[in-house]
Amino acid sequence: MVKANRVPVRGQDPAERVTNFNEVSYGYNSSEAVLEASRCIQCKNPRCVAGCPVSIQIPTFIKAILDGNMAQAATIIAADSSLPAICGRVCPQEVQCEGACILGIKHQPISIGKLERYVADWAKENQFSTAVKPKPNGKKVAIIGSGPAGLACATDLARAGCEVTIFEALHKPGGVLVYGIPEFRLPKEAVVEYEIGQLQKMGVKIECNVVVGRTVTIDQLFEKEGFHAVFIGTGAGLPKFLNIPGENFNGVVSANEFLTRSNLMAAYSPDSDTPIYVGRRVTVVGGGNVAMDAARTALRLGAEVTVVYRRTEKEMPARIEEVHHAKEEGVVFQLLSNPVAVLGNEKGWVTGLKCVRMELGEPDESGRRRPVEVAGSAFDIPCDVAIIALGTNSNPLLGRTTPGLEMNRHNGVVADENGLTSRPGVFAGGDVVTGAATVILAMGAGRKAAKSILEFLKI
Amino acid sequence: MGERVPLTICDYDSVTGSVTIVTQQVGASSRKICALEEGDAFTDFAGPLGMPSDFIHEKEEVLQGKKYLFIAGGLGTAPVYPQVKYLHKKGAHVEVIIGAKTRNLVIMEEEMRQVAREVYVCTDDGSYGFKGLVTAKLKELMDSGHTYDQAVAIGPMIMMKFVTLTAKEYNLPLTVSLNTLMVDGTGMCGACRVTVGGQTKFACVDGPEFDAYQVDFDEAMRRQGMYKPQEQEADHKCNIGLRNG
Repeated sequence: MVKANRVPVRGQDPAERVTNFNEVSYGYNSSEAVLEASRCIQCKNPRCVAGCPVSIQIPTFIKAILDGNMAQAATIIAADSSLPAICGRVCPQEVQCEGACILGIKHQPISIGKLERYVADWAKENQFSTAVKPKPNGKKVAIIGSGPAGLACATDLARAGCEVTIFEALHKPGGVLVYGIPEFRLPKEAVVEYEIGQLQKMGVKIECNVVVGRTVTIDQLFEKEGFHAVFIGTGAGLPKFLNIPGENFNGVVSANEFLTRSNLMAAYSPDSDTPIYVGRRVTVVGGGNVAMDAARTALRLGAEVTVVYRRTEKEMPARIEEVHHAKEEGVVFQLLSNPVAVLGNEKGWVTGLKCVRMELGEPDESGRRRPVEVAGSAFDIPCDVAIIALGTNSNPLLGRTTPGLEMNRHNGVVADENGLTSRPGVFAGGDVVTGAATVILAMGAGRKAAKSILEFLKI
Repeated sequence: MGERVPLTICDYDSVTGSVTIVTQQVGASSRKICALEEGDAFTDFAGPLGMPSDFIHEKEEVLQGKKYLFIAGGLGTAPVYPQVKYLHKKGAHVEVIIGAKTRNLVIMEEEMRQVAREVYVCTDDGSYGFKGLVTAKLKELMDSGHTYDQAVAIGPMIMMKFVTLTAKEYNLPLTVSLNTLMVDGTGMCGACRVTVGGQTKFACVDGPEFDAYQVDFDEAMRRQGMYKPQEQEADHKCNIGLRNG
């Protein structure tokens, strides 16, 4: 008899958590994990594995949890994912493994993400390391960018015995895991630093503060530093703005700026010199995970927060869990609303957003119904800070400084599904190729590119 | 821990592999920088960032026939120096106006004299050189028949704004270097965005140098003051020790 409902996960009470930056979800304890694992019916043809971008052997690791063999569970996951503590927390499982789970047809799907997190956290607490130091194969590979794509690519290459160096433009490795995703969703020291540390144990070198394209070029990496292949995993880091009047008023910031100040530059901590301003009322424009992160960060910094999104909740690209958490914490949603101008005072500071009401029309090329303006519906939302979370483009730097590297019109690198670019020996994957997507898709692309790099190096 | 701070490379030595930066104590981060002693190190130092100056792409024989005027305000003298040095080496004719509040805030005059055909020092209080603002000196030069193919102004935003207004009277082509707020310096945050020719540009990746006549200086100055109330530097004085790093 299948247990219909998943074991609920414990977490901080909404009223309490808006006052701190500690992790919202506590994760499962061992008895909860075993109980949840017992719900898995161990499908012969597991749909969850097909739904996972890195094809983790999900039923097998769940079986190991049930058997009480945690070391084995950790080893099974490590075969396909180098960042399980991160993915267990930030993957959109509801549209991947859990979305494919057969139990989900009649009941609630297995809580695969929480089980993955449980295994990863167990491995850390029990100092069970899956890091191996393989025999060197004499090949040097440079990875540009230490975000999810670069880290995943580095793992597979290091496992194959390559000498891997990751170059990071910022002063801490992790990319979006560090500058973008807030502490309350992904603890930096306990989770991100730990998992990157595991990679370093395997011999991967990380050089921070190296802006490839300026500090050193890709050509110099090949010619002067003796690298045999280069992987570009620089992500999509350039914020888009609305291109509406008043956008450069003081108090209008990109979500990237707001989150980078708070996360990477630690403005949320009283020990930091980094200034951050939220005022009394914050409006966040956008409906993705980044918008939710910005909204919930602003809430924790003491502001009243409104999210403005031009479609309905159903079309929001953010994970359901994030929208749910944001609502629980008191974020107000102004749906079917679109900003048309930023309002400001004579000192040049933002005072509000002029919006119009929208209604959904015919589906557009993304399959979502296109929002259409309702005539004569303009209204104002007063605010002291407006955070723009409309997505990001790639940095043009590598395209400008790497002759022969074909770029697309969004400054992204043109690469095929195996990560091959127009330059032999240069590979790319993740957001820099696809445009802004998820941590796990970037990891999947990093792994595919690693496979291509090994083929290129004839290993 | 704080934000990243954009600093300009003012000289370099490829033999020792070192760069020289100049900084002035105005806020929390620069106070920490100025408190460093010989032998101390930064935890993090990244660069170079931004686009190189346009004249880098000019051939030597083209530069040899060109006359440049650089207008440096205060600490802006530091980033002017490597440009003058480069152009001098390529055989261009370069003159420099250095402006400062008072005599002890004039920096790098000697170094500049080694590479510039003429150096005109101005102080606001007249304690050294020409008494008055750089714009007055610029006017005097232009009115007395000096001509230049290109001028470059680097200094406080307000100075660059007024140099732009003055240069316009003489149809003098002018480039400015914008010292906006920056958080990461790599194009990620948009804090440094400026309106140039009606379009939003990022000073960190598209600049820092722009055609002066296209820049919206009033907006740029306003944006520069965005975090002023937060910086808790209410009683800071701009009368400050200077230091080569």
